[in-house]
Amino acid sequence: MPLVDGFMYPNEVELQWSVLIVLYPYLTGLVAGAFILASLERVFRVEAVKPTYRLALLTALAFLLVAPLPLQLHLGHPERSPEMYLTPHRSSAMAMFGFVYLWYLMAVLVVEIWLDYRRDIVLMSQSSRGWKRLIYRVLTLGSDNISERALQIDERVGWLVTVIGIPSAFLLHGYVGFIFGSVKANPWWSTPLMPVVFLFSAMVSGIAAVMCLYMFLNWLRRVPIDMRCVDTVARYLFYTFIIDFSLEMLDLIHRIYEADESFRSLDFMVHTRLFTSQVLIQILAGTVLPIALLALTQVLKLPEAARKSIYSVAGLLTLIGIFAMRWNVVIGGQLFSKSFLGYTTYKMGFVTREGLLMAIFLSILPLLILGVLVKLLPPWSEKGAMPEPQPPA
Amino acid sequence: MNITRRRLLVLLPAAAIAWKHILAGTPEASPNYKLTEHWWGMLVDVTKCIGCGNCVRACQTENDVPDGYYRTWVERYHLEGWAFQNPKVDSPDGGKNGFPPGNQSGGKNFFVPKLCNHCVESPCTQVCPVGATFVTPDGVVLIDQKYCLGCRYCVQACPYGCRFIHPQKETAEKCTLCYHRITKGLTTACCESCPTGARQLADLKDPKDPIHEFLRTHSIQVLKPYMATNSKVFYNGLDGSVR
Repeated sequence: MPLVDGFMYPNEVELQWSVLIVLYPYLTGLVAGAFILASLERVFRVEAVKPTYRLALLTALAFLLVAPLPLQLHLGHPERSPEMYLTPHRSSAMAMFGFVYLWYLMAVLVVEIWLDYRRDIVLMSQSSRGWKRLIYRVLTLGSDNISERALQIDERVGWLVTVIGIPSAFLLHGYVGFIFGSVKANPWWSTPLMPVVFLFSAMVSGIAAVMCLYMFLNWLRRVPIDMRCVDTVARYLFYTFIIDFSLEMLDLIHRIYEADESFRSLDFMVHTRLFTSQVLIQILAGTVLPIALLALTQVLKLPEAARKSIYSVAGLLTLIGIFAMRWNVVIGGQLFSKSFLGYTTYKMGFVTREGLLMAIFLSILPLLILGVLVKLLPPWSEKGAMPEPQPPA
Repeated sequence: MNITRRRLLVLLPAAAIAWKHILAGTPEASPNYKLTEHWWGMLVDVTKCIGCGNCVRACQTENDVPDGYYRTWVERYHLEGWAFQNPKVDSPDGGKNGFPPGNQSGGKNFFVPKLCNHCVESPCTQVCPVGATFVTPDGVVLIDQKYCLGCRYCVQACPYGCRFIHPQKETAEKCTLCYHRITKGLTTACCESCPTGARQLADLKDPKDPIHEFLRTHSIQVLKPYMATNSKVFYNGLDGSVR
């Protein structure tokens, strides 16, 4: 395939946003989705998903810590990035991201995790030895009152933080969608549906990630999976996925029916350069297939082992599909010329600052951080088991 | 001089700000130039452009533009019949070395010089996260190279494809309308080198500038008017097929 097909403006041939910018909305999406899953238990009292509550919070934190790294690595002058905080340009969608990110990290997620773990931290600071004791003592922040009254206050404040956290999570990821959706020069991005689509796809990916992680960690620890919990999570995944898919189809149908001046160019791109990543991976393998699999579990009475397998496959396909969606938005949006007369090609480096190896490292890094967090702040009870499995409702 | 502790606390931040300005360097002196008396734009007469590429070469020399990147370029359009939605367009090397003879016979052929449109409502200025891209009081969109993060959001936001990332500096770059020249009473390098006068620098605040008479007596168009960027590069004789 030639590098350029047709006519591109001469400065357009080189793609500006690489695979790292694909990772950025993917990682923030996992954060928002995992947090919203956690809030199901905390705010909406969906008791069945309780076993995933703490794991979802830690997952959100691990991914949130890594989320700005791809952006930072992509900058031509990363050393100047503090200017976004010191002298932000208020009309810029990107400038405000730093503040939204900090708000979500420091005022919502860290506070909620600390309040939820405070009792455990205090107890562990008393029972552990050596450097672990020191870490836990620092983590108590000098607050070692775990009387019933103090824990009640923690609970109430934690609930309030989660209530604030839900719109914050919506804001975080809807906002990432807005960064793309507000670029009027690019018809592939410029749609008011973009923040909503990003938000629902974030919820889908976050729920799928926590579901897979929960099952994987239980398998690793040889602890039985709470099927009531996983069934409920899968049901929420199914519903959210249907909303997400409907929104994406609405966008697609709207584009096809309206067929504005960019349509022929974008349509050609989807049928050629984006066919594999958009039609095959995102829509068929990453959306239709997992929805169909999840629908099976809703319609048929399948045995536990079959449900586990289906949830694992559907969860992984979902994660691949949402990654493909981010890829198609970010990379796809740069493959065609703003003259609508030509197409360019994305050539990903391997061992470069924005290459494949770095992208793989940044994808694995949150899992490593999660491993440390799980060791430090176990999301399960001290006995080493998740809360007791309960019979289906 | 007796400095009290209180006075020192007041003076220190002021001194820090002053030092920052010294480090940033002082702009080249243009003692008679008054920013508020000008409002710059450009007139491009498509009917006069012969596609010689002088403007592209002059711009690259004047502004030290790296090879393969363009602050200005020239496009060649070829149209058959009424199919203005499917023009054949090329711009080999940005038209720097002129154009080889076209393969097609018949139809309509013309050249369109392109550059930053110095939009009043410029999307690139709007999206810059630190305000490194800004509009000067005399209407030129510039980039502060010492401040630009190289995030490339402005490149995405420009509907005309006028921006690029300088491969060595790793900051955004584009046409400055030869700001270093026009503030000294000179014209831009591209206008000066154009043999047919297809490009004319225009001062929209100068009542004596011939641009006013030209705008009054000709059918003028801007590129992608639906983008509502309030572009200040005005085209005469622009065909509807031009993107």
